[in-house]
Amino acid sequence: MPMIYVDGQEIEVVQGENILEACLNAGLDLPYFCWHPAMGSIGSCRQCAVIQYQNEEDTSGRIVMGCMTPVSEGARFSLKAEKATEFREAVVESLMLNHPHDCPVCAEGGECHLQDMTVMVGHRDRRYTGKKNTYRNQYLGPLIHHEMNRCIACYRCERYYRDYAGGKDLGAQASHDHLYFGRHEEGVLESEFSGNLVEVCPTGVFTDKPFLKQYSRKWDLQSAPSICQGCAVGCNIAPGERYGKVKRVHNRYNNEVNGYFICDRGRFGSGYLNSDLRLDYAGIKNPDGSFFAVHQQQALDTAAGWMVGKKVAAIGSPRASIEANYLLRELVGAKNFAAGFSDQEADLMGSIANILQATKAINPSIKQIESADAVLILGEDVTNTAPRVALALRQSVRNKAFELAEQMGLPSWQDAAVRNLAQDQRSPMTIVSAMDTRLDDVASTCVSLAPDDIAAFGYAVAAALAGESTDNAQADATAQMLKAAKNPLIVSGSSMAHQGVINSAVAVADALDKATSMLSFCIPECNSLGLALMVADGSGSSLSGLAKRASKLDALIILENDVYRRGDKSQIDQLLASGTKVITLDMVENSTLDQSDLVMAAASYAESQGTLVSSEGRAQRFYPVHSPAAERLPSWQWLLRLASVTGHKKLSNLQNFDQIVAACAVSNPLFAGLVDVAPLNSFRDRGSKIPRQTHRYSGRTAMNSGVSVHEPQQPKDHESPLSYSMEGLNRDQPSSLMPFVWSPGWNSNQSLQKFQSEVDGPLKGGPSGVRLISSSLQGADISRQIDKVTLKAHQWHLVPMQQIHGSDELSAHTDEIAELAGRGFIAIGQKVAEKLAVTEGDGLLVKQGEIECSLEVRILSRVAKNCIGYSVGYLETQGLTAGSLVTLEADKSWQRSGPEMIASDKAAFEQVISDGGASNV
Amino acid sequence: MSNAKMIQSDVSSVLTLQEMAEIDHELEHIPYKSGAAIDALKIIQAGRGWVSDECLQAIAKYLGMSSEELEGVATFYNLIYRRPVGEKVILFCDSVSCWISGCDSVKQTLSDTLGVDYGETTKDNRYTLLPVPCLGACDRAPVMMVGDDLVTHLDDNKINELFSASKTGDQS
Repeated sequence: MPMIYVDGQEIEVVQGENILEACLNAGLDLPYFCWHPAMGSIGSCRQCAVIQYQNEEDTSGRIVMGCMTPVSEGARFSLKAEKATEFREAVVESLMLNHPHDCPVCAEGGECHLQDMTVMVGHRDRRYTGKKNTYRNQYLGPLIHHEMNRCIACYRCERYYRDYAGGKDLGAQASHDHLYFGRHEEGVLESEFSGNLVEVCPTGVFTDKPFLKQYSRKWDLQSAPSICQGCAVGCNIAPGERYGKVKRVHNRYNNEVNGYFICDRGRFGSGYLNSDLRLDYAGIKNPDGSFFAVHQQQALDTAAGWMVGKKVAAIGSPRASIEANYLLRELVGAKNFAAGFSDQEADLMGSIANILQATKAINPSIKQIESADAVLILGEDVTNTAPRVALALRQSVRNKAFELAEQMGLPSWQDAAVRNLAQDQRSPMTIVSAMDTRLDDVASTCVSLAPDDIAAFGYAVAAALAGESTDNAQADATAQMLKAAKNPLIVSGSSMAHQGVINSAVAVADALDKATSMLSFCIPECNSLGLALMVADGSGSSLSGLAKRASKLDALIILENDVYRRGDKSQIDQLLASGTKVITLDMVENSTLDQSDLVMAAASYAESQGTLVSSEGRAQRFYPVHSPAAERLPSWQWLLRLASVTGHKKLSNLQNFDQIVAACAVSNPLFAGLVDVAPLNSFRDRGSKIPRQTHRYSGRTAMNSGVSVHEPQQPKDHESPLSYSMEGLNRDQPSSLMPFVWSPGWNSNQSLQKFQSEVDGPLKGGPSGVRLISSSLQGADISRQIDKVTLKAHQWHLVPMQQIHGSDELSAHTDEIAELAGRGFIAIGQKVAEKLAVTEGDGLLVKQGEIECSLEVRILSRVAKNCIGYSVGYLETQGLTAGSLVTLEADKSWQRSGPEMIASDKAAFEQVISDGGASNV
Repeated sequence: MSNAKMIQSDVSSVLTLQEMAEIDHELEHIPYKSGAAIDALKIIQAGRGWVSDECLQAIAKYLGMSSEELEGVATFYNLIYRRPVGEKVILFCDSVSCWISGCDSVKQTLSDTLGVDYGETTKDNRYTLLPVPCLGACDRAPVMMVGDDLVTHLDDNKINELFSASKTGDQS
């Protein structure tokens, strides 16, 4: 590795990196703005200026930009030379010319990279006496707040939003001192990844709007390492809490999983945690259907009375932790345990769990997905079903550009040059789907086919790969594309609810038969795979099986599951309303709770700990951010106590979380790795627990004086190595225990580099999470049968469309997400719309057998023949079944939703936040 | 595709056949549609004096760009007008050579004569006054452009001569 000299100090550097990276890797503080580890260098802000000397004799040197200068053996630099420090100070001074003095009222204050850099370069006194520009801000939707006065023109937002995330509706406008970053006209930002602007912007131009409405400083937030519950990707997050409310969610770096970015569902979809729909107390149902609140013990005693010596069954949940599901299964016995999937989902997840243990392909991490140089997507709109994976796929198509750059000897971090070189040349991506997907803009080929035909297409590709002749030119071309690639990737999943699509994806992956080929499945919920692995032995019961013997059951326990979302209403009614005592543990009011006889208030993911298995097969631990409010208890504690009051022999021996994990790990060979997911409760770092609070955490003893002036003791965490305190060190501990990032002089999230072992590399604390599944590599045994659906005249094939905002059960209870989700819809092609004489926004009556619903029309730009889409998981579409055949007619009595509020109305409507900005200073 | 047809009809309700033909002509010379962005904006401006939001959106659709992308291009250039201008735009040079040659007092006379300052349009909508950093005619400073005509060796008399009609027009 080359050696360079920085201020006389010899530094070993990595060949090919730039000086800025080399300095940061060496632990030196070199200020920067526009450079970002995931987006490379463009040399726009001039902040990372250093002096480069020609040789040992050269004493004057010249100024170069650290981020634009590659390292070379023996090169000599200075950070401390007066010319360099003066230059860097002057750069900040010039950026501050127009920057408002609104730090005290700015949401970024206290975690602002601009503040940090200003202090770092030593700029203090303002010499400029002229006027500042004042900009008009834009309404950018319910998630992002815009404050252009604070802009320092680093271009990070545009480069992230457009270049990295593929958004089209945010850009740089005008030039020099009236540069403006915004939309062409006010409106909701279209990208599903817009929330990352909050973390990408080095100052307060783009801030978290819901957070602003209940704002706290970063140093006043209590955080814990957590895992996003929004989908199955398992992004690492750091929610921040104060006054018992989860106020915001930030990305938590995991270089194999989410890296620096999460999706908007993950960032903004936790608002439901503070919703009025949350349960605070256990309740027993009155004869009139209302509930009366009872204490925890009373609830447990009541439940025990219904359970002891009786026939008890239980329903688990793909959105509950492994531990809670495990306890429930043990409590009632495997035979009486239904996983909590719908019957259809259970089959699909079961097959995916089996496939992942047998396929010849790798089940890739997101990092590996980014390395793919040819992608085949079968039946998934990945942006809506596994959003963070879609962001990775957007990076994968850039591998062509990096390949070209390498041929030219251009370092990959030379972002503008690499993009210029490649123009629109991309690595190939073929999307085979029933209709539009949000990745169509980067795909080289889009094929619109009905679900059955997607499966047939997949098998044709597999046949072509096996050297058979097919009469499908597109499939042949796709096979060629995959064969030619170094790291081919096949993406499929369960969102079409079609076994054939999944099977055909495996057929392709196994036919490729390459050590580097990858197969990734988009699956529905945060612990779908964990649960599928738990019941993989087939000992459990299905939901319909349970419904059939419902009348013979004395009691039924339901864990964190609205079963009305899992089956048709009559079946679930039969399950819940046949005289069985229904005991439900959940967080938010739902139809299942309404039908229960006893409800136990479950703690949310932010109040409890547990392990989830992501679609990658990675088991990851989430920890409570704060102790449960009111009389909520984590489900695993409810169940442990229930085991104790009912005198369950095996479970009564378990006293704490670690023991549950250990018991779970021995219960199933697939779960053996669970014990290594995170350190034990007894773990101490330099004698202390890891603090959840920053060392500046304020008002610890006073903030609840509104309730009581007696200063309560800090809550104790008896179950994890984290404490509800500021004592202890947040540095270099195992990565799974990293609650937030902060380093002296680095108050913003850019302090992350102090936690990384190298720029953009793994954390110093090592990898986080354990991959539970390893494949036998023998190839999956799948049925190649496709049951072709025959359509009658005027019948349509109903294809489910997952929506990032709206399809997920819990996040949809967040106001902002609900606003973006809109109404449930039916999506049709332009030709069908013309035939039915409807336009976008009109109503259509959809008839599926007995079920009839009236839905808003959306027009698609491409759609497979005889297919129509519907938004899954919406109230309006409950009852519609994927793959069923329906008839359509225009709804004459449909009321179009009113004209949207115009922007100026919105401004008046949104007077919740007082703006900062130069005009108010 | 039907979608393309829809876009086409949207666009043709704003852009004229002539304008589209001229843009098509530019498109023949370039590999990427978006490469014609500046030319398309100039074509629209040549006929209409300025580029309205409606036109900008139509051009963006025509070139397969987002409105934001095209807005970035349009607003980057000072001589693409995103607000209505008068029949003629006066580009008054306030750069070094003209400044040495006393452009400041000429500018004052011009403003007094027309009753407008930089960025403003006369009431009769005949002129919009804008500053320009150089017109490349320093040897004949001070200079300005009125519409397509370069006017050199400016002084108060010349201003009066050129715009007295306008002034009387204003007063009537």
